Amino acid sequence: MMPSENLTESNQQARQHWMSVMAKSRSETLIALSDTYINEHRFETIRAAEVGLTQVRGRMGGTGSQFNLGDMTMTRCVVRSSNGHYGHSYIAGRNKEHATRAAQLDAMLQDQTYQQDLITNIIQPLAHHLAEQNKRKANEVAQTKVNFFTLVRGED
Amino acid sequence: MYVAVKGGETAINNAHKLLDKTRRGSLDIPELSVAQISEQLPLAVARVMTEGSIYDPQLAALAIKQSAGDLVEAIFLLRAYRTTLSRFYSSDPIDTTQMQVERRISATFKDLPGGQLLGSTFDYTHRLLDFTLLADGRTPEELETITSTSQEDDAEAMTRVLQMLERENLMVEEIDEQTTPTDITQDPPAYPCHRSARLQALARADEGFLLALGYSTQRGYGRNHPFAGEIRTGDVTISITPDELGFSIDIGTLQVTECEMINGFSKLENDDIKFTRGYGLAFGQNERKTLSMALIDRSLQAEKYGEERVSPAQQEEFILSHCDNVEAAGFVSHLKLPHYVDFQSELELLRRLRQERMDNEQQGASGEQA
Repeated sequence: MMPSENLTESNQQARQHWMSVMAKSRSETLIALSDTYINEHRFETIRAAEVGLTQVRGRMGGTGSQFNLGDMTMTRCVVRSSNGHYGHSYIAGRNKEHATRAAQLDAMLQDQTYQQDLITNIIQPLAHHLAEQNKRKANEVAQTKVNFFTLVRGED
Repeated sequence: MYVAVKGGETAINNAHKLLDKTRRGSLDIPELSVAQISEQLPLAVARVMTEGSIYDPQLAALAIKQSAGDLVEAIFLLRAYRTTLSRFYSSDPIDTTQMQVERRISATFKDLPGGQLLGSTFDYTHRLLDFTLLADGRTPEELETITSTSQEDDAEAMTRVLQMLERENLMVEEIDEQTTPTDITQDPPAYPCHRSARLQALARADEGFLLALGYSTQRGYGRNHPFAGEIRTGDVTISITPDELGFSIDIGTLQVTECEMINGFSKLENDDIKFTRGYGLAFGQNERKTLSMALIDRSLQAEKYGEERVSPAQQEEFILSHCDNVEAAGFVSHLKLPHYVDFQSELELLRRLRQERMDNEQQGASGEQA
């Protein structure tokens, strides 16, 4: 039904990557970075941003059979760009602006005309920021690493 | 029996206004914001999300504010809100092995791949009141400086402790049966139920209830000799596979706590002898809950290991039908509702019985006199 679905595998991986980065980034940063690229474009709303739930599944013992842990709020949105690309977004939380913007960018990112520009100026900086954040967190946690040692008692 | 009662509208409205006033407290003190609760009471938020069964820190914080800090009430609010949203998807199972770890400890091995990371914890604190917090709290500079004498490179992968034992054939294996898990929010559990239904019920169960039952197993009521094999807290990626896309995409991250308990070894059906295990998983930083959950997950596997069910912690139906604090609080609290007619009939009955007895005694007495 949509041109976006005839993707080759590497295209699909690229799309998974940008969708992941946009979902994990803060909405304020995403919107601020992308405002200038979006403003001149018109999008048709296919499915306006709507809030719902996704069931969160875990695995028994972390690796075994699945079980339902609980729900999580999420927002999804579908738009169509003037060039006919369908942009989808699925974002944890209840931020409709975030979901709408991510869907618009997903549509534009599938367009070869804009793809490289958007990847360089939006996706890469966001991904870099996320990686930095994770690194900072990991580093802080690493400072709490302990080396327990058991005392040898003089019993021989 | 309940009978409709009319009236009291003004009184009820005023009672709710008074609740608003009580919640706000003294107007001389600045009002607490939802963002402050979400940022500064993260453990309360984690409990409300887990038992309210929705991961959404902002909603949980709002519920805590609205309930004036009554966490069971906040959990109720979140559960009620949950029913207003439709469920779009079920996620791909989260992969806790790939967790961005904020804390990871094992009580069974002191040296493990990836090491022991204490993270932020109340463990090793002295439980003395910190009067700095009563004054101005910590300065931003104090909060910045976390130093260590050793330089740590954190590149080492964190192997799962219980999997290491699985590989040595010392631990009962977790096998992915590739089945769709039971969903107790759609189909109420029928007993005996599948472990997936049990874990779902335990995940949303009241922490205090599970804690007490878990404690009872340690004191000998359904003993299963536990060791905290591995406890992890951190962020995991959550992914879904929407039909319209046909491939998996990440929708964000969520913080979870996981506890893998190593329990006493047992003789299996095939005559092999291995350690047994229990599992706990919860939203946010929620360690006591996951420890308790893992204890109960194991004690409820009594049948599987041919253990006699003699203690409360081994009774599946008893635990699962009483562990939900929304249900429990609802039924206990309904005692506050008008039972006027109900009670009147009891009152009448008791009066009649006593009157009859008095009449009989009088008759007996007059018979003796005669």
